[in-house]
Amino acid sequence: MANRAAICAVAQIPFESNLWQQRVQGMVFPVVKSIMEQTGVSFGGEKGIQNVVTCSDDVFDARTISDNGVTDEVGAHYQGEEKVAMDGVNAIAYALACILSGHDDVTMVVAHCKESQSEDRNMCTNLAFDPFYCRPVGLDYLNLAAMQARAYMDVSGITDKHLAKVVELSRKNAAENPLAIAREPVSAEEVMKSPMICDPIRDLHVYPVSDGAIAMLIANEDRCREFTDKPVWITGFGNCMDSYFPGDRNLASNFSLKRAAERAYIMAGVTNPEKEFDMAEVHSSYAYQLPMWCEGLGLCGEGNGGEWIDGGGMEKKNVNPSGGPLGGFPIMVGGLAGAAEAVLQLRGEAGKRQIYGAKKALAHGTTGAAGQHHAVMILENK
Amino acid sequence: MNQENKDCYVVDGKLALPYQYFAGRTGSRFLISLRDKKKIFGVKCNKCDKVFVPPRQTCERCFENISNNWVELSDTGEIVNFSVVRYEGKHLPRKPPFVLALIKLGGADTPMTHIVEGIEPEKVEVGMKVKATFSDEPTNTILDLDHFEPV
Ligand SMILES: [Zn+2]
Repeated sequence: MANRAAICAVAQIPFESNLWQQRVQGMVFPVVKSIMEQTGVSFGGEKGIQNVVTCSDDVFDARTISDNGVTDEVGAHYQGEEKVAMDGVNAIAYALACILSGHDDVTMVVAHCKESQSEDRNMCTNLAFDPFYCRPVGLDYLNLAAMQARAYMDVSGITDKHLAKVVELSRKNAAENPLAIAREPVSAEEVMKSPMICDPIRDLHVYPVSDGAIAMLIANEDRCREFTDKPVWITGFGNCMDSYFPGDRNLASNFSLKRAAERAYIMAGVTNPEKEFDMAEVHSSYAYQLPMWCEGLGLCGEGNGGEWIDGGGMEKKNVNPSGGPLGGFPIMVGGLAGAAEAVLQLRGEAGKRQIYGAKKALAHGTTGAAGQHHAVMILENK
Repeated sequence: MNQENKDCYVVDGKLALPYQYFAGRTGSRFLISLRDKKKIFGVKCNKCDKVFVPPRQTCERCFENISNNWVELSDTGEIVNFSVVRYEGKHLPRKPPFVLALIKLGGADTPMTHIVEGIEPEKVEVGMKVKATFSDEPTNTILDLDHFEPV
């Protein structure tokens, strides 16, 4: 049985808001090819990949068993294949389980989502709610996020001004990321003038409609050097699910994020999250979620999000150097995109965004409405 | 259009699958009471001392069967959270702008999500008291409770 698993390679297509001229299969194949070229990995036989972990969503793909649409592109015909229909960080965790159990010594994770395919992504997320009590009144991810934003802003002292700064800084980082969508700078003043679309959420507080695909190769300690000189170790993982009905949850409490982080930190031996990470990629699809998730992760003090932003916490702690979801991360793929950035940073391959000497990183992904489920992963290069 | 995208064909599609969801015995009783008696019921977990609405058969915390512990709730309650929906969507029950709120009814421990009308969206506040307005025609859904209005 192997005792460690490493991410050996990552590949991503440039994300776009409307890849209408590309099928999801056409999005997925280039990232799989890139992994094969980067690492020389093959499929099947004694030494090849015998099991692939995919990540996609049936409703966004408008077909059931959405993985079946891409199994040939991901090399899964005549092989094992399993799909994770949650944020991509959970797909890495599935791969981690495949490796740590000894069932596989090398596996690949491939995620895709083409949000632009549907007429309205809010209609897709309305279907995540129960058909009796919540769907008929029109709940979707955006309007429940708005209610979470109000609840969080009440307890944290976060203001419209703080949210504007989060967007300004995220865009500034995204400008240096050639794979991001929203790369044009925007000032805090412009953000504060952008129309309110779901109070207190403004138009520019919301992540752009995003299409994209990502792949990663993951191998055990014995074999990872066949594929890379710079393995990035998965040293911690934890996740947690909150209640389903919005009214059953304390929307401002970060309940499930705290539990997810606690489990990941115990596994990785992290005792002081505020100090130990050289960078973090936080899955904040709406501006308020960046300070809120940072509080839940212990990257800043609880109830301290506003002061933390004012004090330059986001810059000092290197939160979302990729630009994060506000630069454009598709649903399902989002946490994986953050993890991919962490891998590049830990390998010293992040170009203009490089954080020198980065050794330990946090990657985070969330699934469901207003952060119902959270997954936290710790990555290290030693 | 650039030459690379010449002769690209986009096929229109639509997912429209008529579907029947059984509401469950607990959900059935809740929806029938709403439609026929204009009464809102929750269920109480005696072990956790908590009244849930929407009702459910089993407590998520202690796994007790709570489906017979019906509690009639008040038709008035308090807005504990809200948003003004200002965007269009075919899944939305009203034209924008309209107010969606988490409303904690008298006797319940968990707020339910519903529409608030009869007030300008700008004037809605947390803490505001609201009362249920039932629909004239049955819809056989949660929308038999049509919306809430300020008291
Ligand atoms: Zn209970």
